[in-house]
Amino acid sequence: MKFTVSGKILSTAACVMLALSAPALGVAADTIKFGIAGPHSGDLAPYGLPSVSAAKLVIDKVNANGGIKGKKIEILQEDDVCKPEISTNTATKLVSSGVQVVLGHICSGATIAAMPIYKDAGILVMSPSATSDELTSSGKYPNFFRTIAPNALQSPAMIDFAINKLGKKKIAIIHDKGDYGKPLAEGAKLHVEKTGKGQVVLFEGITPGAPDYSAIVQKIKEAGAEVVVFGGYHPEASKIVSIMNKKRLGIKFVSDDGVNGDAFIKLAGEDAEGVYATGPQDTSANPLALKAKEEHKKAYNSDPGMFFDGAYAATVVMLNAIEKSGSTKLEDLKKVLQADKVDTPVGAINFDAKGDAVGLGYSMYVVEKGKYIVVK
Amino acid sequence: MDVFKELKKGVLLSLWFVFLTFPVMVIKVDHIARTVTWRWENALYMAVGTFFIYFVVQLFRKKQENRKEGQDSKEPSLSIIHRILLHRSQRNVLLAFIAVVAILFPQFLSIYQTNVMTTALMYVVLGLGLNIVVGLAGLLDLGFVAFYAVGAYTYALLNLHFGLGFWTVLPLGGLLAATFGILLGFPVLRLRGDYLAIVTLGFGEIIRLVLENWGEFSKGPSGISGISRPSFFGVEMSLESSIIYIYYLMVLLVIFTIFVVNRLQDSRLGRAWIALREDEIACQAMGVDKRKTKLVAFSLGAFWAGIMGVVFAAKTTFVNPASFTFLESAIILAIVVLGGMGSIVGVLFGALILILMPEYLRALSQYRMLAFGAILVCMMVFRPQGLIANIRRTYTFKKKTPNSLAK
Amino acid sequence: MDYFIELLFSGLTRGSIYALIALGYTMVYGIIGLINFAHGEIYMIGAFTAFIVATVLSIYGFPLLAIVIIAGIAAVVWASSYGYTIEKIAYKPLRHAPRLSPLISAIGMSIFLQNYILLAQTSDFLRFPRLIPDFAFMEPIAHIIGSTDLVILVTTVVVMVALTFIIKFTLIGKAMRATSQDRTMAMLVGINVNWVISATFIIGSGLAAIGGLLIASHIGQINFYIGFLAGIKAFTAAVLGGIGSIPGAVLGSLILGLTESFATGYVSSDYEDVFAFSLLVLILIFKPSGLLGKATNQKV
Repeated sequence: MKFTVSGKILSTAACVMLALSAPALGVAADTIKFGIAGPHSGDLAPYGLPSVSAAKLVIDKVNANGGIKGKKIEILQEDDVCKPEISTNTATKLVSSGVQVVLGHICSGATIAAMPIYKDAGILVMSPSATSDELTSSGKYPNFFRTIAPNALQSPAMIDFAINKLGKKKIAIIHDKGDYGKPLAEGAKLHVEKTGKGQVVLFEGITPGAPDYSAIVQKIKEAGAEVVVFGGYHPEASKIVSIMNKKRLGIKFVSDDGVNGDAFIKLAGEDAEGVYATGPQDTSANPLALKAKEEHKKAYNSDPGMFFDGAYAATVVMLNAIEKSGSTKLEDLKKVLQADKVDTPVGAINFDAKGDAVGLGYSMYVVEKGKYIVVK
Repeated sequence: MDVFKELKKGVLLSLWFVFLTFPVMVIKVDHIARTVTWRWENALYMAVGTFFIYFVVQLFRKKQENRKEGQDSKEPSLSIIHRILLHRSQRNVLLAFIAVVAILFPQFLSIYQTNVMTTALMYVVLGLGLNIVVGLAGLLDLGFVAFYAVGAYTYALLNLHFGLGFWTVLPLGGLLAATFGILLGFPVLRLRGDYLAIVTLGFGEIIRLVLENWGEFSKGPSGISGISRPSFFGVEMSLESSIIYIYYLMVLLVIFTIFVVNRLQDSRLGRAWIALREDEIACQAMGVDKRKTKLVAFSLGAFWAGIMGVVFAAKTTFVNPASFTFLESAIILAIVVLGGMGSIVGVLFGALILILMPEYLRALSQYRMLAFGAILVCMMVFRPQGLIANIRRTYTFKKKTPNSLAK
Repeated sequence: MDYFIELLFSGLTRGSIYALIALGYTMVYGIIGLINFAHGEIYMIGAFTAFIVATVLSIYGFPLLAIVIIAGIAAVVWASSYGYTIEKIAYKPLRHAPRLSPLISAIGMSIFLQNYILLAQTSDFLRFPRLIPDFAFMEPIAHIIGSTDLVILVTTVVVMVALTFIIKFTLIGKAMRATSQDRTMAMLVGINVNWVISATFIIGSGLAAIGGLLIASHIGQINFYIGFLAGIKAFTAAVLGGIGSIPGAVLGSLILGLTESFATGYVSSDYEDVFAFSLLVLILIFKPSGLLGKATNQKV
């Protein structure tokens, strides 16, 4: 028989994968409802899923020990695909299903869009990753906290390092036009102008996902830049660094915490060597961070991903606040969060009145032999 | 004998799919740790899954064929909806039922459900707007989201800088989007078909990129937050009542849009659009001003998108360029085509299904977009004319002779 | 002057990248008049297959040359199989459906395939091994053009010539041309139209796979989403050159690549895509069926 396959027959198999999925949701009665929101599907999922596994690790441990004051913690996980318009639905859904605290959201834009809804409901929200200055410094969101330092600290950290430590004056600032990278780059530019020690020779945005960045790299060279400061995420950074090496540019590359992490090193390989990136203060010596990493390895058989430490920390401090205050009311939780210093994978933290973690800042890291190490 | 043949086909098909999905389903490599994981069980699932689905579809097709044979081939089969709509008393009952459900919806269901329904209703209006351009005038527009963005930013910016309220900006947003529709319409008048499609796609991207890059004007990718929600005669509302308020507002807007689009369809202009869609040259020969007709189609379609943009900005209280990507245009287009091009009822159903489905499939979380893609394909394969195809206006010309000719 | 030459080669590289994808687009469009939105995804699957096969082989210690050849063949075989299967599933049943239905089907297929790879493999960006080593003789001009870029340029030219040859002089090429001109007539003269369409998809997908392999090797990373953006740009390029025309696709791609490169170099990369799309609109205003597309007079 000749192997002919008719269209309609084949069309069936398009649905094969559908058959393989079946959701199972268990509902328990008297529990503490812990919401997790962030991108859990789509292209930004790598930024959101590690938070889910971090929270699960912590909560499973607490539940195994009998929960908080006899109450088990129930996770409600909602996807916002990092889109503001979806995240308002996500937030409404979490609020109407009665969550008491929320870990998330991940992207600043989605967080800003969702915050008014949580604010009206008086729910504590803590993000491991949203760095937008507006969230805390505007004072508009008294229920917002984060376990990551704001952008306002990060841009100066990059620039000061490039000027003072590397001794470079001519700076090219590149960003990915996104809601994370561009404000960072703008902050960096402002800082250069403010300090007056350096000069911005190029300020430009690149198109994320473009197949080739050689034109912009040539432009960096033509502008006579001595150092590149990049605001954006690791895929673009990796592409630029690799093309800079291919074009034999030989100038330093300084970037932000979106580039700091194993993901970047894995992606850029040998091109990653010598790349500088700001990152949350050094946690490599922190036994809790190492322990969290071990737990993740044991449970999922892989290294943790982006914002894992921050999410782990956020879960720990939120649960601590619930336990100490014996309540889930925002005011009670806030008191504990502000007063109590808790040991977490990102260090011992409490929060200031605006919602930023006290003492969290940025350190500069450099890739050496396939590892990020702190620049002293 | 037949069963044996079918079995053989099913087995061959399963083998083919096992082969096809082998590298991505079975092998998983870790290039850093330099390990290979062979997931043979996936190949087995694949084979069994394909085999099973093959037989389900075969059964389905058999049934369909049997039904077709049983039907009188001369009578054009109408969907249930159309049959009800044609019948006056039944139609009134249906409309009354829908009205009651729409009014009571927020009273009985949670705020979340209301919010989701509002989103779906917004897409109904967007779909109806695009339906004018694609369904009636037959101009394939892949950049419809640009007008949506224009509306949203009109409200966001006017609210930010001048504190203008929702009701003032609602018509302004629509009008500005309509103006952009004409601006886009001019250069592309000569283009047809797929050339038009790519230019509109480009236009959509340009609008988004300008919003992204022109930071002084639009605040760039960080977007604009803290946009006021619509007020009710100057009364500020809590979040909950505001969501319900926007819901009722959307219900009214949907009714209004349906009314207008329905009237447009039957107007001189609507007929000109349909004629243009069917045959441009014949249409021009009949004295229809092609230029004007196309431009009006573009601007009217854009008008609704602009209005929805204003509602969108008011509902989320936050806009940034990332909300207006090509995928959004594709979803609106999918609503129109899935529902049935040119059919108002179809667009209604299309929007409700496409917007509500992913929202309720959330439990499936990561499988949701996969299912969305698969359903789009399956729908098109099994019902290419859309869920509820438009009934073509037919004129029956009865000759005096006994054999009547239906045309 | 140096800067100009550097930008010129950047543009040419980018243009050839677009061209490798655009060729498949234009072939499919030429035969059945369908914008195959899933074409970008085929390119992505080709790159993934190459990645998986190359990694497995390198773990088992094969030499580089063998890896390149086997990974290339595997990418082409699987991508072609996907192209063939997708046509049978999503487009063939729709051949007589309203014109927009296959387009929606294609968009659905594209979303499906992205998420299929996302679920079956990973959502992370993966490092694509460098399959083409730095040639020693290229070192003096490495700041202008890298060895991978050179291979991409050469491949584009070879592929274009080969395709033109196939279409002009071989039997299948003649059948393709006949099918594209008038499907019904082609059937009447005994051409197996289904087979011709399948062949078109197979060849187009194979090309996309070669593109996937080379481009992924050039940018050094892959992810389930790479096909979408590249697909849209390649489609723009194909339309610019006149969709349905093989040299047109290459010309359009090169023009698009050069425009983007010079726009970045002399103006600003902020508006790179704005320039690209504005150019498209401008060209289409003056030549409504693209640069090398045939202006068809509609018969009534």
